[in-house]
Amino acid sequence: MEMLYSSAVGILTAAGLYLVLRRRTFPVILGLSLLTYAVNLFLFASGRLMENLPPVLGQGATAYTDPLPQALVLTAIVISFGMTAVIVILALGSYLTSDSDSIDLPPGDGDAE
Amino acid sequence: MPLILIALLPFLGAVLPALMIRAGRTASAWSAGAVTLAALTGILAHAPAVLRGEIIFYQLDWVPILGLNANFMLDGLGLLFSLLILGIGLLIIIYARFYLDRDDPMGQFYCYLLLFQGAMLGIVLSDNILLLIVFWELTSLSSFLLIGYWKHLPEGRQGARMALTVTGMGGLALIGGMLLLGDIAGSHDLSVILQSRDVIQASPLYVPALILILIGVFTKSAQFPFHFWLPQAMAAPTPVSAYLHSATMVKAGLFLMARLWPVLSGTPEWFYIVATTGLITMLTGAIGALFKNDLKALLAYSTVSQLGLITMLLGFGTKMAAVVAVFHILNHATFKAALFLTAGIIDHEAGTRDIRRLGGLRHLMPLTFLIGTLAAFSMAGVPFLNGFLSKEMMLEEAAHTVWAGSHLFIPVLVTLGSLVSAAYSFRFIAHVFLGPRRSDYPHRPHDPGFGLWAAPALLVALVVLIGVLPALIAGPLVAITSSAVTGGDLPYFSLRIWHGVTPALGMSLIALVGGAVLLAAFVPLDRLRASLPQDTAKAIFDGLIAVAVRLARGLTAGLHNGVMSRYALAFALTVLTAAIFAWATGAAGPATRALTPVPPLPLIGWVLLVAATVTIVLTHHNRLLALILIGIAGLIVSVTFVYFSAPDLALTQATVEVVTIILLLLALNFLPRGSPREGSTARHVRDALIAIAVGAGAAALTFVVQTTDFAFDPISAYHLANSKTGGGGYNVVNVILVDFRGFDTYGEIIVLGIAALVIHALAESLLESPVGARLARRAPDKGESGDPHPLLMVVATRVIMPIALLVGVFIFLRGHNAPGGGFIAGLIVAIALLMQYMASGYDWAVSRQRFPYHGLIAIGILTATLTGVASWIAGYPFLTSSYGYFTIAPLETFELATAMGFDLGVFLCVLGAVMLALDTISRLAHRAGERPSPYAMDVDPSRPQSAQRV
Repeated sequence: MEMLYSSAVGILTAAGLYLVLRRRTFPVILGLSLLTYAVNLFLFASGRLMENLPPVLGQGATAYTDPLPQALVLTAIVISFGMTAVIVILALGSYLTSDSDSIDLPPGDGDAE
Repeated sequence: MPLILIALLPFLGAVLPALMIRAGRTASAWSAGAVTLAALTGILAHAPAVLRGEIIFYQLDWVPILGLNANFMLDGLGLLFSLLILGIGLLIIIYARFYLDRDDPMGQFYCYLLLFQGAMLGIVLSDNILLLIVFWELTSLSSFLLIGYWKHLPEGRQGARMALTVTGMGGLALIGGMLLLGDIAGSHDLSVILQSRDVIQASPLYVPALILILIGVFTKSAQFPFHFWLPQAMAAPTPVSAYLHSATMVKAGLFLMARLWPVLSGTPEWFYIVATTGLITMLTGAIGALFKNDLKALLAYSTVSQLGLITMLLGFGTKMAAVVAVFHILNHATFKAALFLTAGIIDHEAGTRDIRRLGGLRHLMPLTFLIGTLAAFSMAGVPFLNGFLSKEMMLEEAAHTVWAGSHLFIPVLVTLGSLVSAAYSFRFIAHVFLGPRRSDYPHRPHDPGFGLWAAPALLVALVVLIGVLPALIAGPLVAITSSAVTGGDLPYFSLRIWHGVTPALGMSLIALVGGAVLLAAFVPLDRLRASLPQDTAKAIFDGLIAVAVRLARGLTAGLHNGVMSRYALAFALTVLTAAIFAWATGAAGPATRALTPVPPLPLIGWVLLVAATVTIVLTHHNRLLALILIGIAGLIVSVTFVYFSAPDLALTQATVEVVTIILLLLALNFLPRGSPREGSTARHVRDALIAIAVGAGAAALTFVVQTTDFAFDPISAYHLANSKTGGGGYNVVNVILVDFRGFDTYGEIIVLGIAALVIHALAESLLESPVGARLARRAPDKGESGDPHPLLMVVATRVIMPIALLVGVFIFLRGHNAPGGGFIAGLIVAIALLMQYMASGYDWAVSRQRFPYHGLIAIGILTATLTGVASWIAGYPFLTSSYGYFTIAPLETFELATAMGFDLGVFLCVLGAVMLALDTISRLAHRAGERPSPYAMDVDPSRPQSAQRV
């Protein structure tokens, strides 16, 4: 199981990074989403994988899932939506103003002068 | 008045003149004056106690863990400087009212001046060296504003920049030195440091600390070789020059040397560095001053020279020399401020401060002539004026100071310096006021009004009074200040005019006579000087700056050239390198956790996830397909959370997934539907290899984490144990979010709110730019579907709406004890609303939307804040929660926790942020002229087809 989980994280990371390295905005956004999945899964697993354990306090249970990574990942998921939304509007803005969805500036455009 | 209030008064009051300028320039000046006067009164109220030898303290812990406390102290040294800062400050405020032009923004001027005054006051009242550094840097910043006050003058801007660069760099060195000093003494409080002389001087860090501190001090006090910024700063308005360069800013360095004199002085290092630097500065400054044709430049160089003199005295390291230094600080402040103000009057009334165009003004401006002459004579060291007294005492000290075994080195050079000082002082008088009256002054010179001459006249009155009755007027202040500098007992000294026939008297005479002779030979000397290279310091400085700018530009052009994919690549490679390094050098713990078998269900999920991910990579050129596939990946991630007993996460992931997909669909509405294939195959292979390497690393890391146990006990056990008893909730995840780590969540919802507002602001500016017009004219690039708002969907969503809202409320309410809570409820309600947008159209939804989403965000954050603040009122730290059980008749007993109020804030903020983001982006898609269909749910075959289309 651990092998399965780890490989999934690895594949998501690799796919995400490959897309981030593309030159158009949309694949980069998709790539960031995939990277977010990978990171969230990794963070979640830092509490170690638990099956069939109660997540909520109850009578009789002696072991629970680790709540701390869950709380961290929960806010991370919501924040990642905010981040994606900001990137989307940036991508839209640059596409609508320049008619190109390339993420790279043409040479000479980004110089200090 | 407590010292902290006195020190903060100018800062608090700085806003007054800026506001009062609306009531007129005089009102603005009055308000600035009133603030200064209030601070001065506060100091004077403490003066009797200080003169009795007491030290006033005010202590306030600020960041005690860093040793940074807002500790203030007023002793003799602080008193002298406070009086100079506030007293001369008051005079400058009056003077500036009449000096500045109608076009100059006077409110700004007084605002900057008060900021500067506060910073200076802070330096001299600080009892903590870290606090002192804070104020020190503030003087650099506020003086930058003052020097560059005339923004339209390029030399003003350059001068301000140079002053900031030089003093700012010195400030950095000073921070280093002060931290070392604090480290040696074991405290950052001055009163402790001043008691630790032996420890400090015995420490191996003494010399590094000394050098760093001296760099800071020398840059501030314009000592050689950092003196060049001061003349450049003369582009400032004259009141600024008078204030900064006679009484305050440049004296800050001297103040610090005097302040640390008890612990730093007395060693050979101190003597040779400080005394020699002072001596060189005195000579260079004096020679520079003699040949300047700009009155203010002359005064600037003379200031450099006089500062050198005082530095040298402090460098001698004897108590008597320190007394003289203190006395000269006082005297220099009075005559130099008067001279600057005189120069300002001449500039104002005659229209120029170029000495070559002046002369003969004694008939035209008799009053100014009197003031200027007395002040300049004092600077030259003419008897019966205060400059004479301190200069005489200085010569006396110099006469018996031995430098590297030589008995003559210092006396001769000091006499030479005094001689040149006398010469430039005489030149100030002779070439401006004496000589024949000219016919070509730019203006018709005449004595100014009372407002302009009052301040210098008062200062000159002091010059004369101290000169005639030194022991009476200045005696007690000098005594108490000197004892503060020297750290206790004073040598016998008397401030009087006649000390008998001493070597100093002879040196004085030589200086005065020689000065007059030198001036007589001015014309040939000037010709000689003109043939020598000049102004090298500024050229060197400019050269250094140019090199720095070129380097920075080269670096920026190389690293930040606008090619985003290159940054991403650089980042990925860096992470990879760091990871490989960590992997190669570190060691993972032993694999202590057994691997668990793989049941069929997760395997199916894995296959789906991998298939979706790989297909995305292969087919991402078809964007819509990639979007659908990423939805699958997101869904599997949510299912993973379910499988591993994390229902809260699963709910969040699923709902966020929905809004994210809607968001990306909206974006695709504008963006091209496909990505072109571009870039070489080699590039693709390279990227793929890097991605695979990073992915393999991530997989390996995850695997290692899974198979090893915790290196330290996680704090989760604490959360589990206290969730019910402390937070009153069974759902530990939710209790962590709203209670244990409530402050984090508070920050997070604020970030989310800001992100939504950023989106809104960006979209607004897009719509207002030419893009907005283009968007409005945009024709659909593809045929639209026959019915954008299918009846069935419209009906279904409207029926679902109340149910969805109910589910939202349910999820919210149960959140504390079962999976749910504000985040998830907010997302669910947002989806319910978004469905209305999708089914019935933007216009239909917006016309029924009565409350702006920004407001929702604001109310959410406000609710969360108020919940937190409420615990303050109850006497607990921010966001402490409490809970209780209540019973209302027919209902069961239920729980109410204050954390619920916080969760409500989270709910509102998440809802507002998600809706604002999506609403804004769909507004871009909404074309002008589109109207909500009046027949949205009404299909009437008899109506013409065009009217049915929405």
